[in-house]
Amino acid sequence: MDLIFEGIKKAFFLLITFDPEVMRITLLSLGVSGTATSISLLIGISVGTAVALSRFPGKRFVVSLINTGMGLPPVVVGLFVTIFLWRNGPLGFFGILYTPSAMIIAQTVIATPIVMGITLAAIQQLPQKLQLQILALGATRLQMVWILLKEAKLPLLAAVMAGFGGVISEVGASIMVGGNIKGYSRVLTTATVMETSRGNFDIAIALGIILLLLAYFINLILTQIQQRERPR
Amino acid sequence: MKMDAKDCKPNIEIKNLEVKRGGVTILNVPSLLIHAGEILALIGPNGAGKTTFLQTLSYLLKPFQGEIFFRGKKVEANHSVLEYRRKLAMVFQEPLLFDATVFKNVASGLKIRGMKKKEIDDRVMEQFGRFGIGHLGHRSAKTLSGGEAQRTSLARAFALRPEILFLDEPFSSLDPPTRDSLIEDLEHILQQTRTTAIFATHDRLEALRLSNRMAVMNEGMILQIGSPEEVMNHPVNEWVASFVGVETILTGKVIKRNGGTFIASIGGQVIEAVGDAHFGETVVLCIRPENVTLSTRPSQEGTSARNVFSGRITKIISLGLYQKVHLQCGFPLVAYVTNHSLEELSLAEEKEVKASFKATAVTVIRKGES
Repeated sequence: MDLIFEGIKKAFFLLITFDPEVMRITLLSLGVSGTATSISLLIGISVGTAVALSRFPGKRFVVSLINTGMGLPPVVVGLFVTIFLWRNGPLGFFGILYTPSAMIIAQTVIATPIVMGITLAAIQQLPQKLQLQILALGATRLQMVWILLKEAKLPLLAAVMAGFGGVISEVGASIMVGGNIKGYSRVLTTATVMETSRGNFDIAIALGIILLLLAYFINLILTQIQQRERPR
Repeated sequence: MKMDAKDCKPNIEIKNLEVKRGGVTILNVPSLLIHAGEILALIGPNGAGKTTFLQTLSYLLKPFQGEIFFRGKKVEANHSVLEYRRKLAMVFQEPLLFDATVFKNVASGLKIRGMKKKEIDDRVMEQFGRFGIGHLGHRSAKTLSGGEAQRTSLARAFALRPEILFLDEPFSSLDPPTRDSLIEDLEHILQQTRTTAIFATHDRLEALRLSNRMAVMNEGMILQIGSPEEVMNHPVNEWVASFVGVETILTGKVIKRNGGTFIASIGGQVIEAVGDAHFGETVVLCIRPENVTLSTRPSQEGTSARNVFSGRITKIISLGLYQKVHLQCGFPLVAYVTNHSLEELSLAEEKEVKASFKATAVTVIRKGES
């Protein structure tokens, strides 16, 4: 039990004094996952909306593909990104394996289907005739899409949270393509794995607390959205 | 007072409009002229094509064959469609409001057109006054009752000052008192603004009340179009007759002609009607229940009713403010009587009464020699 108490005591010390290493790891985590989420938002919302609003042969297949993508195992993503970025691989000439850029790529691949799938569902849940009503008010197609997105802003916010939540706590792909290099590609999750295996529980617990706080924060926003959405 | 539709310049002209889905023609309107300021009602059962017609006319449903002319100019794909669409407005059965305040909802169409804030405010206030929803301005649209929401949807449409207003069964999901109140308001506002309106409904009384021209649709086609009085009292065939509420539809043969009238034999009885049917011709006679008078007095002296029959009441159905009485006079006959009359005459099932209606109250559909 001493181990745990000592660990927690030291962890709080690290957090309260803004230990530089812990801070660097946290900021890198936010940076990498934030960037990945932003890119996945751009791709996810635009493609998700486009698919939701169009009619084309094979739409069902595409939708199930997106839904499958939402459950993509991160290690598999890590595997494929690694292969692509490997020295002799197709994109090896970029030389970005074991860099934060590679982590951003992997996390984007993980987050994009999540954002896409939730956006798709959100837009499809809007009343069918709403599109017609908006057009009947004299909107151009672009204006219509914008208004629909505004109508779905709460589920879209949920999509952002889900995407971010998915990647900030992801460890498999991040270790594989990032390499967990100190001061360079070490993020909250990868650092926690390493410190735990070394028995440095104080740092590990400190990082763990930060991750928990982030998870709680995300959940808080999601819950607020859920409560707001409930029919009165 | 309703405007005479024929005096106004045509607003929309339709030529050979056809909509096909999966090889089936769901709408076929060879030609139609809609005049400025007229209020046209499209009535018909579900699936008749009313919604398809409205959505095609407003260019919301594509593709279609045929041409639509607005004020003489053909509406064509791309930019002229947007221009055309911005001259009209559409209200659906569901209010379809946005997740925002009532004010923002009513202003939404104006915002889409890039209008300035001051003008938007003025127009929204104008509609608030017209529809009596000013006190709801800051409320979220999600908290409105059905009637309030539909009022907001109408206000949103009228704020655009549309040249043509399309309404697709706008009152179907409202309860009767709310519906009545809204119909009254809409009637007033349409007259005030002289907006051309085309609305679809399956409630013929609503159509009768609001419109100055009525089109009966079924299976994608307009079966009859004319003033409400014309359509309701002179249906062009049995199907239309039945749909517009003619309760007695009888088939018989002409056995005598008397100048402008003839006598047809039906169920062992004879009925006199006005018309040109030939001797021996099969005719379908339609008699509206409002035109049948019941009496318990032994003889009918001093009336101009030529058709008087003794009959037995087989069924009485209450319709609230009046009663529907089914009779058997050798042929089935339906009459409407007021609750007062029902009591006064002590009408009850199995009672023998005298039913009468004028020859002029009989609508004749000629079927030719058989």
